[in-house]
Amino acid sequence: MSDSSSYPLTTADGVPLKTSLRRAVRRSRLKALLLVSPLLAFLLIAFVMPIAEMLWRSVDNPEVATALPRTAEALADWNGEALPDEAVYAALAADLEAGDKARSLGKMASRLNYEKSGMRSAVMGTARRIEGVEPPYKPALIAINADWGELATWRVIQRESSPYTLSYYLAAIDRQYSPDGDIVAVPEYMQVYVGLFWRTFWMSAVITLLTLLLGYPVAFLLANLPLRHSNLLMILVLLPFWTSLLVRTTTWIAILQSQGVLNDIMVAVGLIADDARWQMIHNKTGTIIAMTHILLPFMILPLYSVMKTIPPSYMRAARSLGGKPLLSFRRVYFPLTIPGIAAGGILVFILSIGYYITPALVGGQSGRFITNYIAYHMQTSLNWGLAAAIASILLLVVIVLYMLFNRLIGVDKVKLG
Amino acid sequence: MALPSYATRGERLWHYVFLGLCALIFLFLIGPLLVIIPLSFNAEPYFTFTRAMAHLDPSGYSLRWYHEFFTSSAWLDSIKNSFIIGISATLLATVLGTIAALGLTSRHMPARGLIMALLISPMIVPLIISAAAMFFFFSKIHLTQTYLGVILAHTALGIPFVVITVTATLSSFDTTLIRAAHSLGANPVRTFFKVVLPLVTPGVVSGALFAFITSFDEVVVVLFVSGPEQRTMPIQMWSGIREEISPTILAVATLLVGLSILLLTTLELLRRRGERLRGLSPG
Repeated sequence: MSDSSSYPLTTADGVPLKTSLRRAVRRSRLKALLLVSPLLAFLLIAFVMPIAEMLWRSVDNPEVATALPRTAEALADWNGEALPDEAVYAALAADLEAGDKARSLGKMASRLNYEKSGMRSAVMGTARRIEGVEPPYKPALIAINADWGELATWRVIQRESSPYTLSYYLAAIDRQYSPDGDIVAVPEYMQVYVGLFWRTFWMSAVITLLTLLLGYPVAFLLANLPLRHSNLLMILVLLPFWTSLLVRTTTWIAILQSQGVLNDIMVAVGLIADDARWQMIHNKTGTIIAMTHILLPFMILPLYSVMKTIPPSYMRAARSLGGKPLLSFRRVYFPLTIPGIAAGGILVFILSIGYYITPALVGGQSGRFITNYIAYHMQTSLNWGLAAAIASILLLVVIVLYMLFNRLIGVDKVKLG
Repeated sequence: MALPSYATRGERLWHYVFLGLCALIFLFLIGPLLVIIPLSFNAEPYFTFTRAMAHLDPSGYSLRWYHEFFTSSAWLDSIKNSFIIGISATLLATVLGTIAALGLTSRHMPARGLIMALLISPMIVPLIISAAAMFFFFSKIHLTQTYLGVILAHTALGIPFVVITVTATLSSFDTTLIRAAHSLGANPVRTFFKVVLPLVTPGVVSGALFAFITSFDEVVVVLFVSGPEQRTMPIQMWSGIREEISPTILAVATLLVGLSILLLTTLELLRRRGERLRGLSPG
């Protein structure tokens, strides 16, 4: 045996084998990275940066600082104990006059109105009458609108003139700043979002449980039939999986609505009276039925792929050792399927809490999810900061579940179809 | 699943109850799709079976809604848009995804888990979140209300499907086949076209089909990112369901069920071909 330290192994051209190997590995690593880089660059622009932009929007707060620059500066070292002095009022008057000329006050006024109702009219009303107001500004402004004589008004302006804000997140969890600057719950009749988050979570849990109850027997049957039959039955699972989401939602509308197929059949066979048709859609029931149907394949497929790997001899062994059918199932078969239950369960739950289309079409008022309010604030109320904050909270929940899924199953184990 | 000959009476009973239960669940899965097909031939503007239909009276059935569909410029334009966007996004996603999959299956890929998780994330992040985020960012760089914006967005959504299917195909690819081809005298070009490509193509094609159907069926992102010019078929259906419910939607739905049967068959044939080429199954 030669001493490897004094006579290092070399390749044909005399380079030590270790160096050569390291170089080869480095080269192939670089090649792999180069191959992936176009896709990474693409996703950075088309997906990662949009998500970052959304997170930024949820704390971004430029309105007050841009529209009231002088006031913001003058308020910077105000202690908040007593009404600010004349200099601040003069700054506000100058800002409002400039803003009124440039017509740039609207966004800021709405922004302040989210924090303290009445602010919009205070700002816009004062701005309209600001021209020709003579110093001293303090009594003059208070005379135009009494809000300028309130401590709370100035505290809101001072707080919101910072370029970042947590108010959207507070609003998304039904909290707000009190006039003293503490974080308090909003009045009960205005609490919406926490309840919606919970409703989304528990309805998704119900849907996940239902898909498990329906999916488990089917997956078991498919895994234990001879391949020839199971391939045929598999089509019945894959066809709905491949059919447009809108089509499946539409069919449930046709079936469940009060003049729909199911009610008509029940009236025709005399099960219910014509004037007592069941209300099965535009409520929670509609959402749960339609989404259970839509998400069922996502439960069956992972369950099936796990059950397929369980040798049938295990159950036979359990039976021959004297286990009654139920006991053998509970102690032998069921524990072996838990990875499949975890995979399907997390998958269905993640998909369910993010669903928008189906709850929007068949959910009515009581079957709506938190996602419907993201869309509402994006398209109707145009409170984009709040939409971004709600979406960011939902994203956090999804990411945590996704990491759990990745840890338990591994994302590269996901099979399609 | 056959019953053993020693099964007790109780077991026999349970066996048939179980089969009945499964039949009901299969009915739940497939029934809704079967219901809309006859409904789309309704002669009346209703969403339910009329008396004439129930009695199988031919006058209760008609092609009225199909006629409406094929003569409506709004529907036909939306189909054209869906195909333009779907095909462009599929091509882009397939090319980028396949190249990346080549890197991802390399033995020396650094940070594979992290990169894979990132590439799959568009599939996991709820669509409404992606849609809102893309709206914010694309409006900043003036991509909203353009075809390019919608295509880029749909490419991002389709990429996970391409990456998953192509990586799965490549990682089960037996590299000794390449050496075998060389040793039998094939040059690299011939090896690529005669050995590598036939084995990898089914995976790439099924990835592309997944990407296409994702784009073809997508509503939420289009709703946020597109303008009136880029109205796609799902958007047309979506507003149809919300505003004026007309059985035209059922006719479209039936056509789409036909499309998914076509896609499913193609995928199944591709899978069988792949298995046969790899010698996994006879015939």
